[in-house]
Amino acid sequence: MLAELNELLGAAPERPDAGKFTLLRDTRTDGSFLVHHFLSFYLRAGCKVCFVALLQSFSHYNIVAQKLGVNLAAAKEQGQLVFLEGLQSCLDLLFGEEEQPGQPNPLQFVSGSTPELRALFDFVRVSLSAADSWKGPVLLVDDLSVLLSLGAAPVAVLDFIHYCRVYVCCQLKGNVVVLVHSNEDSEDEENELVVNSLCHHSDLILWAEGLATGFCKDVHGQAAEQDLVQTYQYKIQDRNVSFFAPGLSAAVL
Amino acid sequence: MGVIKLGQETSLHFILPELPAPLLNDSHGKELGDEAAAVKSEDFQDSMKIAWRYQNLPKMEVSPTTHTKFGHYYDISKKMSPELCQSVKLHSFYLHEELPFEPKMKTWNMNSGYARLLQSIQRIISQEGFDGSDPQQKQRNVLRIGIQSLGSVLWGDDVCCSDTPEDPHSLTKFLYVLRGLLRKSLSACIITMPAHLIQNKAIMERVANLSDMVVGLESFIGSERETNPLYKDYHGLVHVHQIPRLNSLICDVSDTKDLAFRLKRKQFTIERLHLPPDLSDTVSRASKQDLAGSAKLLSSGCGAMAIGKKHLDF
Repeated sequence: MLAELNELLGAAPERPDAGKFTLLRDTRTDGSFLVHHFLSFYLRAGCKVCFVALLQSFSHYNIVAQKLGVNLAAAKEQGQLVFLEGLQSCLDLLFGEEEQPGQPNPLQFVSGSTPELRALFDFVRVSLSAADSWKGPVLLVDDLSVLLSLGAAPVAVLDFIHYCRVYVCCQLKGNVVVLVHSNEDSEDEENELVVNSLCHHSDLILWAEGLATGFCKDVHGQAAEQDLVQTYQYKIQDRNVSFFAPGLSAAVL
Repeated sequence: MGVIKLGQETSLHFILPELPAPLLNDSHGKELGDEAAAVKSEDFQDSMKIAWRYQNLPKMEVSPTTHTKFGHYYDISKKMSPELCQSVKLHSFYLHEELPFEPKMKTWNMNSGYARLLQSIQRIISQEGFDGSDPQQKQRNVLRIGIQSLGSVLWGDDVCCSDTPEDPHSLTKFLYVLRGLLRKSLSACIITMPAHLIQNKAIMERVANLSDMVVGLESFIGSERETNPLYKDYHGLVHVHQIPRLNSLICDVSDTKDLAFRLKRKQFTIERLHLPPDLSDTVSRASKQDLAGSAKLLSSGCGAMAIGKKHLDF
């Protein structure tokens, strides 16, 4: 996990939140470092995590997590982490054998047999419902915009998130963290609809943005907690992300 | 092994003989090495007197250095030798020659051209062992896939013809499944798309999000930049929109994002875009617009400000 980000958010793995919906937004940049942070944070905190990873393979997250001090393979083996690799599920759906009746493919909406994301929600529900010794359950999604690319309607995506939030945040007192992409001048109206709606229902919104002035080697972007006045600039390194007040990059001082 | 996937009437027989010959280290490298050495020895003697702060900065490298890598540079005035072409196993995919898709694929809910291409790629990956299914295979090689004009009407997609295509999700579903196939095998894929024809920009944004690397080539031909003296040394711009960030928090970002390409007689090169110094007559004089602005201010009594509408006041 990223220690500096914890400080800025006032968060600590010893006392993770409960019932919180966090939205991660990125604009003109790749905000996936925030996903890596929350994944390693909640695993360190001892929470049970259901990670719906739609865009990258398991080994990608595993390699980065190791740099942040967490072993995903071990967490999976111990039952702390339930990992849905979207890319593999889609391949299984299209190239694999006929699905078993008791185990529907979470991404079955891609082949069009059902228009909504019920199967995906059922997967999340089953993953987090077991009464384990782990602390509060967490649902992590990277990234929600992919579901629209796969043919899900915006309303279906919002329904899915609504069901997850009611189940995980309200019933189980757990946390939900979701990443979406958005651009100010985006022409993807469906995506903007989903993002705007989620913004209204989030307890915390973290926004990672590329700099308006363009690319810079020493400052990769700026991050802000929406509704707060303070914005921080950040630089991503191999094992860490450093945050600093705007204009105070080490390269400038 | 290599695979070339095509979707147009141009088959392998047309493309293969046109491939340029690769430059090998020994011949080309030596030429560049001699040039670079000559330049370096000249520079060493001159020390800067006025701009001395720039003395220790590395000399800007505009063109490829002496360290040539096989497979990176080609001599476009020569063709690739037939022996080299024939030493590699090639597969091609020509949509209109393929068999109709199998019944199972009807449930894919995707444009049939894309579906058949995916099935063909998956079949080659598993039959040739690129998915690691054959542990006996001694020589581990990477399957290289090239797909031309994805999204064009030749693939049976109308995303290039209409702002509201009939099936706007086929293209992005195709890319997602392809991404899965590539992640699960020893393969890499390069795709060209006629982005200038795709009117629905939302689809292009989604395509970029589903890709690891996105590069755009913008030619000056037919645009006003063709006659712009600032760009006279170049033929177009290279836009690196996105680079891969795999297995790491960071990505390999270069120092500059301003790149241009040049098609010389023997080489296609990509260089840093640098504007030539402005040596024209008007360089240190006020332009006509400045003078007009000054005249207005003079007449309104602002003498000091009218000296020149510049930020410097000395």
